[in-house]
Amino acid sequence: MMNNWVTVCDETDLVSGTGVCALLNKEQVAIFKISKGSALYAISNYDPIGKANVLSRGIVGSVGDDIVVASPLYKQHFNLESGVCLEDEAASVKTFPIRVTDGKVQLQAAS
Amino acid sequence: MSKQRIVVVGNGMVGHHYVETLANTNLDVEITVIGGEPRPAYDRVHLSEVFDGKNPEDLAMTTREHYKELNVSAHFGDFVATIDRENKCVVTEGGRRFEYDKLVLATGSYPFVPPIPGGDQEHCLTYRTIDDLGEIKASAKGMKKGVVVGGGLLGLECANALKNLGVEAHVVEFAPGLMGVQLDEGGSKMLRRKVEGLGVCVHTGKATQVIKKGEEHRLRMEFADETHLETDMIVFSAGIRPYDQLGRDAGLDVGDRGGIVIDYHCRTSDSDIYAIGECASLGNFIYGLVAPGYRMAEAAVSQLTEDKVSFSGADMSTKLKLLGVDVGSIGDAHGRADGAQRYSYCDENAEVYKSIIVSQDNKKLLGAVLVGDASEYDTLLQYMLNEIELPEAPEAFILPSVEGGESIGLGADALPDTATVCSCYAVTKGDLCNAVQNGATTMAAIKDVTSASTGCGGCAALTKQVMDSELIKLGVEVNNDICEHFPYTRIELADIIRVKKIKTFDELLDSHGKGHGCEICKPTIGSILASYWNEYVLKDEHISLQDTNDIFLGNMQKDGSYSIVPRVQGGEITPDKLIVIGEVAKEFDLYTKITGGQRIDLFGAQLHELPAIWRILIDAGFETGHAYGKSLRTAKSCVGSTWCRYGVDDSVGMAIDMENRYKGLRTPHKFKLGVSGCTRECAEAQSKDIGIIATETGWNLYVCGNGGMRPRHADLFATDLDKSTLIKYVDRFLMFYIRTADRLQRTSVWLENLEGGLDYLKEVVIDDKLNIAKELEAEMAVNIENYQCEWKTTINNEERLKRFQHYINSEATDDNLAYVVEREQRRPAFEDEKNKAEVIKLVG
Ligand code: SRM
Ligand SMILES: Cc1cc2nc3c(=O)[nH]c(=O)nc-3n(C[C@H](O)[C@H](O)[C@H](O)COP(=O)(O)OP(=O)(O)OC[C@H]3O[C@@H](n4cnc5c(N)ncnc54)[C@H](O)[C@@H]3O)c2cc1C
Ligand code: SF4
Ligand code: FES
Repeated sequence: MMNNWVTVCDETDLVSGTGVCALLNKEQVAIFKISKGSALYAISNYDPIGKANVLSRGIVGSVGDDIVVASPLYKQHFNLESGVCLEDEAASVKTFPIRVTDGKVQLQAAS
Repeated sequence: MSKQRIVVVGNGMVGHHYVETLANTNLDVEITVIGGEPRPAYDRVHLSEVFDGKNPEDLAMTTREHYKELNVSAHFGDFVATIDRENKCVVTEGGRRFEYDKLVLATGSYPFVPPIPGGDQEHCLTYRTIDDLGEIKASAKGMKKGVVVGGGLLGLECANALKNLGVEAHVVEFAPGLMGVQLDEGGSKMLRRKVEGLGVCVHTGKATQVIKKGEEHRLRMEFADETHLETDMIVFSAGIRPYDQLGRDAGLDVGDRGGIVIDYHCRTSDSDIYAIGECASLGNFIYGLVAPGYRMAEAAVSQLTEDKVSFSGADMSTKLKLLGVDVGSIGDAHGRADGAQRYSYCDENAEVYKSIIVSQDNKKLLGAVLVGDASEYDTLLQYMLNEIELPEAPEAFILPSVEGGESIGLGADALPDTATVCSCYAVTKGDLCNAVQNGATTMAAIKDVTSASTGCGGCAALTKQVMDSELIKLGVEVNNDICEHFPYTRIELADIIRVKKIKTFDELLDSHGKGHGCEICKPTIGSILASYWNEYVLKDEHISLQDTNDIFLGNMQKDGSYSIVPRVQGGEITPDKLIVIGEVAKEFDLYTKITGGQRIDLFGAQLHELPAIWRILIDAGFETGHAYGKSLRTAKSCVGSTWCRYGVDDSVGMAIDMENRYKGLRTPHKFKLGVSGCTRECAEAQSKDIGIIATETGWNLYVCGNGGMRPRHADLFATDLDKSTLIKYVDRFLMFYIRTADRLQRTSVWLENLEGGLDYLKEVVIDDKLNIAKELEAEMAVNIENYQCEWKTTINNEERLKRFQHYINSEATDDNLAYVVEREQRRPAFEDEKNKAEVIKLVG
């Protein structure tokens, strides 16, 4: 199937400026809603530097023009759009397609 | 004329530096590099970090692609077997042939394995390359005990690596002491004491005669004194030998102690062949450090250009952390120079040894040895390298500073322009100043332009000092903005919030900032908002400002789980409450520990367990301990007049009252209280932000003490106070601190930076010189009135509790958590334990 979007929660479950973690098949996905604008972002929840599933619990913000989350363990920044780790490109993480339909937050599962 | 062909043999740290330096000149040359190891150059100096969890790939200094970009033809995994000087070419073991116009030997060295019968069997290893690491790991797997032969710098580093692999580490050394090359006797003894304290067994004066099969362990080492030691593996680290065979076979001159002889231009006895790094011998000396190797590489490159730099030796001073112990050795550590005199200081209690060696006339520093505390290293090194005249009493460098005494550290301004600040990249103070003048005004820019502090990093503090001092000279204001989103300091932000009555972060960002904020400004502003308005920190408007610790009201631990610290006011606790803590810990299988702050920490709770645990605790009368917030931690007390025969007042009661008064207050950094019942000071109140000590006639108040990273003894602020005056002063003091301190500034540092110092502080708090005392007291009163136990508010709020779940769409739990039982309690498994059988997996 090409368009297998999976609903993970309601848009109202998300608090502006914070993240949550969703389970997509067997993967942990960190979902963020930022305070300015209405965009949602989804990246892997695993912090390859701290080696723990914590990115959804980091502080969201910006570095220059990049929208980022700072890992709560050792504070490296991950670009929410590209998954690139600003401090160490080798530690970049996966991103996931995300959308809101009828108030439902949906992630696209790999086909 | 066709291009000059340069062939480099060896792609270690120095060979790589040569290639990189040469490729960056505008010389039109054809560069070929042949490396024996299967991978391009990597950072050997930080090899042991692989045992701390770094990936071998993280050590890479270059890549094949990068060499391609530089137009360098690179070949790996094939050793050069012969040099044919007549036909000017080299041939590899794999049979490949490369012609050269100039040849550069950068073959480095190899570990020396003493010729001991049995020393060549399985599990007898060496430690120099990434491949060696793999073998050491494999050999240590599931084993109990390992020996390192050699108690020098590399041997101790290797012992640490074994320890990190979970193996009992032993060091066997032939000489009577450790690190005999770099340390004097006193230093060597202190190092031994510390290393043994860390659980490494040291055996000195041991000559190994034979290595046999063991009985309890794989191997058995027999020593000349008829003792023996059994072990599962042996790593030889008994010195290095230059890889000079290629040169020898080709008839190049070789030094008495090995190494290919070079002149000041790094030329060997064949003027078309250079040798650099650890395979080279200058004046019969081999430089076993990377920085001198880099200087040789640069000198060798410069021979192909107009300006011919020479290499005439290098300073061998070193500063390092071995097994977590700071060690520094400078210059003539053994005091071998004529008439040299030594000053030494030894404190066996604090485990610190320091000595300096000065010239006969007491004017010049010749050398130094530092063990246990190397904080004077930079200053001493500058004195020695630049031959700066020593102060009258040079012993002050190594004696602990007396209260009120002046520090005799060397400011950046005292250094001559020629002083080398970064020895890894040979950057002088002059170079740094130039860079600043040309617009490099941040550390990032300085690093970019000069490379300073991008090697071992040891010079970072001095580099920053030189930069700041140069900026000030240029009249540039040193930028103290909190971050890129707000062009203000914390104090300015606090004033804006207070005066404009701003209640949310977004309001402030719209009116005074830009971008989206970050992990620096958000918690800072969250804390200021809380200090003035003290609302529930988890209201929707505030939640995104908080660190995870504040959102989930617990400290995140290294595996993503949280800790639980209930408040235990003054450290006083009833048996019933102790039982509740014990029961909760048992029910949720939490690792339990008494903290350094007189209370109990429960570790390893998962998000979804936090509310259930806190519900039980709150029902039993506990409150949150704010171990997560920048706020009041504990009020440490001694038992005082309640039981103690010397107690002159009720220190426990006072501690409990003070803790209850200030609990929950948000401050620029955490703060701590201590209350002692008499001058014996069992509560260590003088190491706290606020210290209170009972006297026959009242209470003495101390302020701005600190333990932690940089301990500071508190200052006596007022004496013989009655309780209500005491409280008034503390209210004012804290609120003034909140108004004027910088982000993450403990009271100790705040006071040190406060213009006017302690006297000014007294004028504000006691004499009300600024006429704000009433305002400060009123602000504190609002805070006290608005106090709520955040955990109590949280467990009664269904909406809030939704966050306490690992997944928003599933009740499952994090599948990456894994634990090991140690000393009868569980702890997170280390990465390399995660796949072992005895690991407890918590899969939900
Ligand atoms: C649990 C405890 C260690 C223990 O097992 O005993 C501890 C644990 C931590 N300390 Fe501490 N400190 C603990 C007592 C201390 C003490 C001793 C004391 O309070 O008497 C000190 C020195 C006294 C002082 O602060 O002046 C202390 C000085 C520090 C410092 C250095 C502060 C400084 O000014 O230099 C930090 C780092 C920081 O705050 O930036 C720190 C930071 C930490 C952190 C928060 C590190 C972190 O970010 O993970 C640890 C988290 C605790 C947790 O997860 O619950 N901890 N820490 C102690 C908790 C006491 C309590 O009941 O709340
Ligand atoms: C564990 C450890 C910790 C250290 N810590 C420090 C420290 O803290 N500070 C410090 O200054 N120094 C330290 N050193 C020393 C530092 O690593 C060396 O000084 C530096 O690596 C020397 O560089 P080099 O290029 O001369 O030799 P190497 O890095 O040894 O490189 C030589 C390379 O040449 C290759 N080679 C040899 N023969 C041939 C051949 N015939 N054909 C092709 N290739 C060949 C070798 O395989 C090797 O890859 C440490 C070393 C080790 C092992
Ligand atoms: S000293 Fe404090 S911060 Fe450091 S490991 Fe111990 S508890 Fe953690
Ligand atoms: S001295 Fe090592 S980086 Fe500067």
